Amino acid sequence: MARILSKRRLSEEVFRVEVEAPHVARERKAGQFVIVQVDADFGERIPLTIADADPTRGAVTLIFQTVGASTHALARKEPGDEIVLLGPLGNPTHIERFGWTVCVGGGIGLAPLHPIAQALKAAGNRLSLISGARTAGLLIMQEELGAIADEHIIVTDDGSTGRKALVTEPLVELCRRDPKPDLVVAVGPPIMMKFCAEATRPFGVKTLVSLNTIMIDGTGMCGGCRVSVGGETKFVCVDGPEFDGHLVDWDGMMSRLRSYKAIEDEAHRACHLREEAERLAAEERAAVLGKDREGGR
Amino acid sequence: MNDIDFARQAETELARITAIRLSGRDLSPRERLAIPAQDMPCQEPAVRAANMLEVAEGYTEAQARLEAERCLNCRNAPCVAGCPVGVDIPGFIAKIREGDFAEAARVIKRTNLLPAICGRVCPQEKQCQAPCTVGKSLGSVEKAVQIGRLERYVADRERASGACSLPSAPRSSGHRVAIVGSGPAGLTCAADLRREGHEVVVYEAFQKEGGVMVYGIPEFRLPKELVRQEAAGLGSMGVRFELNFLVGRTRALKALLAEDRFDAVFIGTGAGLPKFMDIPGENLVGVFSANEYLTRANLMRAYDRLRAATPIYPSRRVAVLGGGNVAMDAARMALRLGAEEVRVLYRRTREEMPARAEEVVHAMEEGVAFDFLSSPTRVIAGDDGRAAALEVLSYELGEPDASGRRSPVPIRGSERVVPFDTVIVAVGNESNPLLARTTPELKVDRKGHILVDERQKTSIDRVYAGGDIVLGAATVILAMGEGRRAAAAINEVLQ
Repeated sequence: MARILSKRRLSEEVFRVEVEAPHVARERKAGQFVIVQVDADFGERIPLTIADADPTRGAVTLIFQTVGASTHALARKEPGDEIVLLGPLGNPTHIERFGWTVCVGGGIGLAPLHPIAQALKAAGNRLSLISGARTAGLLIMQEELGAIADEHIIVTDDGSTGRKALVTEPLVELCRRDPKPDLVVAVGPPIMMKFCAEATRPFGVKTLVSLNTIMIDGTGMCGGCRVSVGGETKFVCVDGPEFDGHLVDWDGMMSRLRSYKAIEDEAHRACHLREEAERLAAEERAAVLGKDREGGR
Repeated sequence: MNDIDFARQAETELARITAIRLSGRDLSPRERLAIPAQDMPCQEPAVRAANMLEVAEGYTEAQARLEAERCLNCRNAPCVAGCPVGVDIPGFIAKIREGDFAEAARVIKRTNLLPAICGRVCPQEKQCQAPCTVGKSLGSVEKAVQIGRLERYVADRERASGACSLPSAPRSSGHRVAIVGSGPAGLTCAADLRREGHEVVVYEAFQKEGGVMVYGIPEFRLPKELVRQEAAGLGSMGVRFELNFLVGRTRALKALLAEDRFDAVFIGTGAGLPKFMDIPGENLVGVFSANEYLTRANLMRAYDRLRAATPIYPSRRVAVLGGGNVAMDAARMALRLGAEEVRVLYRRTREEMPARAEEVVHAMEEGVAFDFLSSPTRVIAGDDGRAAALEVLSYELGEPDASGRRSPVPIRGSERVVPFDTVIVAVGNESNPLLARTTPELKVDRKGHILVDERQKTSIDRVYAGGDIVLGAATVILAMGEGRRAAAAINEVLQ
């Protein structure tokens, strides 16, 4: 089991936790991920990307968004609590000196993009960065990413900061430059990665994407993560998580991601109801306690 | 007659035999052959198909003692030769006859530390019971001495008594051995190494010990509490378990030897990558590998809908593809999870099914339907884009091939469309590529199975391997046999 060292809420839905996992901190490379389980008996195993690691302290940084029951449960964990953590999983990003690389990160995808951008920069690439989010509050890792980018373009859906645009807009502009980028790496929600791939396709710019699918073991055993790439079935956990975005069957992948949508929505609702009930009960207790005190006066 | 009647009959019969003994003479072989093979009491099919409790309930004492009386104690003991780990079968059966159950357990544990598991999941009809003289004399392997049931009885009785005999580890040898994977091969190897005083660390990627025995084989066939206790037994012998640790990723295999001061490593990582049929529509929502379906249901406990966070697909009509034990497990699990109809599609006929005979009978009793000589050609999507039907092709058995097996030949134009909302693929596994990819010096065959010599040694010095990662998909007991052989080789090297 791995102990939670620290926890910080980055926004309403986004949390940053540091977990004690010395082996993972030492072995992890850009592009890899971990499997996390809140409770060894009844918890669900979910893949989470690695945002950062500190081998000297044996700490791994995970940044996640509360989207379902399991991420909510993880967000309720406090420093000192223990969780199941397995990793690092997946193949590391292939890093070399490509020349000019463009990294595109959307929302929570900015977290796993950070180590990839770092490695690309360290390998001597010129780095353009496009950071995108729904709104300003969801733009994460901006300080860390801004520090390594040679050029940093920020976009939000609502225009609350940076340009009011989708990430594909500046991406197309960069692809129109001469010479065009040597490599694009896009990490974010599936729909964003799909449209990034569509945006670069006409320019023939190679576009790597990092897939985050449903997984149980994360070691090749279940096949739940399979996705069709270039007409061949690939397992995201052992063949990925990075693939050529121009070859991924996006619609098939997104359909598989929604396999348990109805059940998950139900669990999510139940989770919120439970939280609400707990809150009401606490309020009621406080009110009763207050009354008792008043009575005692 | 029901189970209670059978149990009473066994008592009467046993009393008659005891009377013969008391008269000062032993039973003749003819008299032994006349005792009917004892059936094992089971939950009623209709009841058990709706719960997760173990199907088979085990012998009563009288049934066990009566069954033991059927053994002829053959001098050449063909049963022992049929056992992959060479349990002294006539020896432990003789102890049951004497009523010394504790000693019977000790006899088994000399060669097999996991009898409660083997008694439940070994394909006895293909191993120890196949060459049994009793079965041969009566003209049917089904009438052989029920060795597996007796083994299970002895193990369960010992566990219930709370006095499990465990070999104590001798003084520390000063050597360290790492075991990769906590399935049957790894646990057996760990036990045999620990007995020699070596420090043993077992690395397991999952959150629980047991490998296929916890993620694959369902609760109703092998209670998880039992696996937990067997692993805990090893723990009390001094074997250390490192869970959530994937050798090859969390730590390189070579680093275990070069930096972590291990003197040897045993790889027992199991069958790995699930195979699919390679037909169109296989990646549709609603199509699962049996590994995924069973892991959700077993290890992740998705059947416990109120407590488990892992969801399981809601199914009404389920097709299970394949004819092995895993297919039977998946089909019976789907029934228990509420499917209205579960059909097993198998390309050959019942005779060729590789599944354990008892599992096929149990599945049929519970209401699983079988479509033999049938195999799908594609998965068809419904309006919602999810799996909605299979196109199924019929086969007939052709001429025997080189191996003597009659291979199925498709009947042209026999395609039919059958509605199914869930398809579970149980056609076997390929080897997991992870260790080989991250350890280039580790030699594997074309299919990715680790190559070993007759002593289970791999292409890397001090690294051994066994179980499904070497054999391909096999059985718990064969994996145990390989784990044992590897341990013997390692023990010799470390002397």
